Amino acid sequence: MTAPAARIHVAHTSAPAPHHYTTLGLDSRKVAIWAFIGSECMLFVSLISTYLIYKGRSVVGPFPHETWTDPTTGHVLKPILNIPVTSASTFVLLMSSLFMVLALAAVQNKEKPKHSRGDRILGNSKLWLWMTAIAGTTFLGFQAFEFTSFVHEGLTIRTNLFGSSFFTLTGFHGAHVTAGVLWLVTLLAIDYRRGLGSRDSLLVDIAALYWHFVDVIWIVIFTLVYLIK
Amino acid sequence: MATTAISTPAYRGEYSGEQSGLWSWLSTVDHKRIGILYLYTALFFFMFGGVEALILRAQLGAPNQHLVSAEFYNQLFTMHGTTMIFLAIMPLSAAFFNFLIPLQIGARDVAFPRLNAFSYWVYLFGGIFITVPILFAVAPNGGWFGYAPLTTKPYSPGINIDFWVIGLQILGVSSLAAAFNFLTTIINLRAPGMTLMRMPMFTWMAFVVQFLLVLAFPVITIALVFLLFDRFFGTNFYNTVSAGADPLLWQHLFWIFGHPEVYILVLPAFGLVSEVLPTYSRKPLFGYPVMVYSGILIAALGFGVWAHHMFAVGMGPIADTFFGLTTMLIAIPTGVKIFNWIATMAQGAIRYTTSMLFGIGLVGLFTIGGISGIMHSSPPADLQQTDTYFIVAHFHYVLFGGSIMGIFAGIYHYFPKIQGRLMDEKLGKIHFWLTFIAMNLTFFPMHFSGMLGMPRRIYTYDAGQGWDLYNAMSTAGAMIFPIAMLIFIYNFFKSRKSGEIAGSNPWGAGTLEWSIPSPPPDYNFAKIPTVTSRYPLWEGKEVDHESARINSQEGKTAAELGIVMPYNTIKPLLVALGLIIMFCGLMTTPILIAAGAALLVFSLYSWLLSPLEPEHH
Ligand code: HEM
Ligand SMILES: [Cu+2]
Repeated sequence: MTAPAARIHVAHTSAPAPHHYTTLGLDSRKVAIWAFIGSECMLFVSLISTYLIYKGRSVVGPFPHETWTDPTTGHVLKPILNIPVTSASTFVLLMSSLFMVLALAAVQNKEKPKHSRGDRILGNSKLWLWMTAIAGTTFLGFQAFEFTSFVHEGLTIRTNLFGSSFFTLTGFHGAHVTAGVLWLVTLLAIDYRRGLGSRDSLLVDIAALYWHFVDVIWIVIFTLVYLIK
Repeated sequence: MATTAISTPAYRGEYSGEQSGLWSWLSTVDHKRIGILYLYTALFFFMFGGVEALILRAQLGAPNQHLVSAEFYNQLFTMHGTTMIFLAIMPLSAAFFNFLIPLQIGARDVAFPRLNAFSYWVYLFGGIFITVPILFAVAPNGGWFGYAPLTTKPYSPGINIDFWVIGLQILGVSSLAAAFNFLTTIINLRAPGMTLMRMPMFTWMAFVVQFLLVLAFPVITIALVFLLFDRFFGTNFYNTVSAGADPLLWQHLFWIFGHPEVYILVLPAFGLVSEVLPTYSRKPLFGYPVMVYSGILIAALGFGVWAHHMFAVGMGPIADTFFGLTTMLIAIPTGVKIFNWIATMAQGAIRYTTSMLFGIGLVGLFTIGGISGIMHSSPPADLQQTDTYFIVAHFHYVLFGGSIMGIFAGIYHYFPKIQGRLMDEKLGKIHFWLTFIAMNLTFFPMHFSGMLGMPRRIYTYDAGQGWDLYNAMSTAGAMIFPIAMLIFIYNFFKSRKSGEIAGSNPWGAGTLEWSIPSPPPDYNFAKIPTVTSRYPLWEGKEVDHESARINSQEGKTAAELGIVMPYNTIKPLLVALGLIIMFCGLMTTPILIAAGAALLVFSLYSWLLSPLEPEHH
């Protein structure tokens, strides 16, 4: 085997070459964000499973869906989850995904001519990025309100198994929303500084993928933690 | 494919392309140099963990010894396991991932060169963080699997476990970042014609391992978060006493990560040996597709066997049966690999180089570990064996006999590619035989001491239980390792300086990494090749002399060839540093958390907003 001479050919530089050759023709960041999301799924699966395993195992209240009477003091603690309020915050988060879709479309179509006022509104990437970020922040506001009212009603992260697993799970989700809002604000800063155009759509695209993922996870949490008794 | 563009890029000042000097190492984003950093650091930790093991064995050499205290013994075995797994074997594999994956798939670098540097620095800092405490006798002491509630505050009040929880969390960041990077690299940076089923087997196994990392590490991350919260904020995840927590929660979460982890440790070695055996047998790998599928199957089944580590906790007959069966099943694809390696060697023109000896060593020794594995996949048998030295024998045959033998095979095989010079074969063979003898003398007797009931993790024992001779043998064997290692280190550094010049393909191997100079230029391939077969250098006909000539040319710089290279940058190191400072703050004062966070955010933004490389023209 003395001939290291290769049976390899040299790639032709046909057509306008992409920035760098990639096997899928996709930008690597797009591939990586999917890998990241896969990993995040396992993160939330672990958190949600723990919550479900510990459901109904707390020795003291408050409980999510049932009232509890403290045997020593006789205090009656109401079920703690406030489903109407959380439904509202869930709706806001869902809307934020819609805004995100519009933001991405606006960036992708930046250079297309705008004929009507409607076109101009739909094509305003700053507007939709702002709307998404505001909706995300509103959701976080709801969560802050929820957390403080729970603490007032006697549920902290140390109270019982429910408190520990509930605050950790929803807190982790809230941290993800926070990271998403910071990401959106960064995109906005870029948009103000030099304007996001269709050549930047990948930047918004991966942010959007992350945002939708965080949104979907919330739907799962809302269903399993809040809706199912 | 902007590879043949001829216009000369105007390099800015930041890009130095320097190949020497401390700064060039701190700021490098070249996958080969990062691979070398991983290699040296991991070899250092390998020896550090080895010294810990030597003290353990010295303590157990005879009954009723008091060389170290029971408490320190606990720290030693905890840190020995933690070091070997997280600071030695995984990063040694990462060294090869770094160095080889881009070369094997015909790429200029990994998908995210700066993220790659970040992974290394986080590993280095995390490694230091978790290792330093043992010098002050405050090291983690809860075993490498850190069972909670034992590791919760009421039972482990010291700071020992804090180092472990935080240290593993840091190392997890490094592993995950690297996994996203390599996964993307393998999916997206393969040269034209490098289809999945033409990928070299090492890259294939690396590919499988990245999936395991991406899916298994989040689980231990969460288990550790719970433990961290329990210890620092008084949550109840593992509070079985007053809050009604499930005493098995940690065990489940840990082993859902832990079993895939053992494949994370051994599959890269399998990949290396699958390059080594064909080369020195001068035959293509036998049953390539089956090797691919068995690797995938092992990984997939690996997520369904975790509770075989928990037979003794009384899960009930149904769970025991299920996990016993899945564990036995996983031995099938593993066995298939062994037979395929044997078939690869059969009737080959074998050259017994050092690398080949280590490769054959793996095939033999791993098989022994696999067989003892099948023995305790049966719950009734395992009840006799669990927590005894029999288990210690098992996992050292798979980890030392498997992972470490494979990694040494890889080091001897790839040293010439990395350093441009050959290692001394004579010293190499002495290294191999000493290691082989030491390995068997140390670990084979443990099967017997274990069967005779000697529990693992005891710091001393009474005479007259039939364990004395076996322990003396194990200790004698262990004392041979340092001699073997010293010979290896001597050989390594001597050959690095004055070994025989290797040339691009000293072994007559068939895969792409051997088509370029040794050591490879920073851009790897002057022209990105088009691949038409699994062993592109082995097919005799249709040789493309032109591209072979271009790619084997030495001495051309990237600028001369018009290849755009990334800037060197210190930012990944700074981000890693910020991260570590934050974690240190968790153990000391919030001011450090704020300082670390500031450094992290600032350098991260500065990294993300600065271009990777000069603009193309
Ligand atoms: C044929 C394949 C294998 C089978 C059937 C198998 C089976 C088992 C079983 C049933 C146990 C639990 C024993 C007990 O604690 O009572 C075990 C432990 C262990 N195995 Fe394996 N195993 C296999 C391969 C591997 C491989 C490839 C590795 C690593 C490279 C490995 C590393 C370990 C380790 C580290 C432990 C002990 C963990 C601890 O308790 O600290 N095994 N194995
Ligand atoms: Cu296992």
